[in-house]
Amino acid sequence: MNIHEYQAKEVLSSFGIPVPRGRVALTADQVERTAREMGGRCVVKAQIYAGGRGKAGGVRLADNPEKALEAGKDLFGRVLITPQTGPEGLVVRRLLVEEAVEIGKEFYLSITLDRNTSRYCIIASAEGGMDIEELAAKSPEKIRMLPIDPFVGLRSYEARKVALGLGLQGRICEDCVRLMLNLYRCCMEKDCSLVEINPLVVTRAGWLLAMDAKINFDDNAIFRHQDYPEMLDYTQMDPLEITASEFDLSYIKLKGNIGCMVNGAGLAMATLDMLKEYGGEPANFLDVGGGASKERVAEAFKIILQDSDVKGVFVNIFGGIMRCDVIAQGIIDAASEVGCTLPIVVRMDGTLVEEGRRLLLESGLDVQYTDYLGDGVEKIVKMLQES
Amino acid sequence: MSILVNKHSKIVVQGITGRAGLFHTRQCREYGSTIAAGVTPGKGGTRIDGIPVFDTVEEAVQTTGADVSLIFVPSSAAADSILEAAAAGIGLAVCITEGIPVRDMVLVKRCLQGGAMRLIGPNCPGLITPEECKVGIMPGSIHQKGRIGVVSRSGTLTYEAVKQLTDIGLGQTTCVGIGGDSVIGMNFIDVLDLFNQDEETEGVFMIGEIGGGAEEEAALWIKKNMKKPVASFIAGLTAPPGKRMGHAGAIVSGGKGKAEDKISILKESGVSVCRIPTQMGETMLSALNG
Repeated sequence: MNIHEYQAKEVLSSFGIPVPRGRVALTADQVERTAREMGGRCVVKAQIYAGGRGKAGGVRLADNPEKALEAGKDLFGRVLITPQTGPEGLVVRRLLVEEAVEIGKEFYLSITLDRNTSRYCIIASAEGGMDIEELAAKSPEKIRMLPIDPFVGLRSYEARKVALGLGLQGRICEDCVRLMLNLYRCCMEKDCSLVEINPLVVTRAGWLLAMDAKINFDDNAIFRHQDYPEMLDYTQMDPLEITASEFDLSYIKLKGNIGCMVNGAGLAMATLDMLKEYGGEPANFLDVGGGASKERVAEAFKIILQDSDVKGVFVNIFGGIMRCDVIAQGIIDAASEVGCTLPIVVRMDGTLVEEGRRLLLESGLDVQYTDYLGDGVEKIVKMLQES
Repeated sequence: MSILVNKHSKIVVQGITGRAGLFHTRQCREYGSTIAAGVTPGKGGTRIDGIPVFDTVEEAVQTTGADVSLIFVPSSAAADSILEAAAAGIGLAVCITEGIPVRDMVLVKRCLQGGAMRLIGPNCPGLITPEECKVGIMPGSIHQKGRIGVVSRSGTLTYEAVKQLTDIGLGQTTCVGIGGDSVIGMNFIDVLDLFNQDEETEGVFMIGEIGGGAEEEAALWIKKNMKKPVASFIAGLTAPPGKRMGHAGAIVSGGKGKAEDKISILKESGVSVCRIPTQMGETMLSALNG
């Protein structure tokens, strides 16, 4: 789960990590007022659920409150397109106004899961401000990684080794040790899958400051944190993905015209691969899950049909826990409720497949039914190419 | 022969009185598995379908001699259940539960380190030795005793592979779903190693997907150690970067974890890889006849 930069900084700050003075603004007037409070000179930063904002023009330095107002007027409502947003971009609806800081040196610091060791890991580099993945590809020797033993947690001496490795000395080194210990505490207590400070700066005046911050929460841990859903900014998310998540469905909008409903994440991915291999373009990824009810199947089907790009639907079910008759009834209910006229191809196998097939064929819906995956994929691709 | 479970395996189901727990307990039993006991705290001393229910795994093990645990406990308590199984001397725990927080699993993994218990999952379909023992949620009917070991990060995609292996006449020795999370118990290499040593297993089918580097590591291990033919399918060739494709672990981030890279390193290691999921059975057959 994503949150905005200003929210991430609030979280970090609550763990004693120094961040620039600043405030979120929802209107251009608020931008101006905050700029005045900051002493005139400030940075105005677009808050969207994606990185790469600077290069896309989403971060402005304003010398006075009037310039800040101008930047605010220009940025609100603007669609920012960055390498992480996809071509459709994301709309700017919140701005973070911060004091402008004189930067001495920049670093990179984060904590995330290292899948190789199954441990959280500190990642640090003296090359701050850069895209860390790019740096990892180009100069891996410039990145320090330290896996943390969950039994003992991050210890000062380990953090000190990392800080010294970054070239920090004396008081700033010790400040950095404390900051890392706090960052680890934040990562654990808040169940973060990523806490990233990039750049972490040493100001000209000689203080550490988290200039930019990113936090991802572990979706699986939301039950322990009642406040997380309140932090979500729905304007930054695909409306269909929001609806899907309300029904506990895993849905991702893609670019094609074949709506897909599959059970199981692996099979769903494989089905998309197969459609592409046969020249089709999937409109979505949708895993209807293991033990879905017919109501949930119907919701899934309706979500697929709500996407106006969808010109046909392919259903691929291998019933294990999921019964084929439940799937069939869900499709029938949804299709008759919304009056679906699109071509539908259904492939089913596994638990109660005969019953499912019978229900579909007797429903009067215009459904092409097949027992074979390859056959189903060919059928739907061909039908859409012909139409 | 087979790996991990056979007709002598005695299963204790943790969370037996829950909806999913009870449903699958019945399915496993119907398949022929020995369900020796169930555990639901607060319901010790009762019976369900004639199966004795205990408050703790320890009592269940001491009373019935159960050696395999099948876990259906909700995600908030599942980490505890895995650790309880280990403390009770269970040899193999199979955790079906999905949605366990990463922090919990990091701790569990650390606790199990150096211990005797093996863990499969979480977020997995479990494992099955056809015609002997089913410890999981897969449909039993598509399996057939045979020559191929199956190891997979997926659920339903594994069923697809199994059905093809059955239809083509190869059958399976044991099928292991290792789970789709970022932190799991046994990994590809652990299972491949067991298949390598198992006399009845003549070849292995491995199902991977985008995200992480487990397939790459397995490929290097196979190149160095595997004495038997391996065939594979990797899901997610067309997955968009940065999106989590259903499984917690299935994400291409920063150009890492791509299907294309996994496929090429597997091929370099002598593994036969098919590009579409309808060719899994045939690819295994030609790898065997290689």
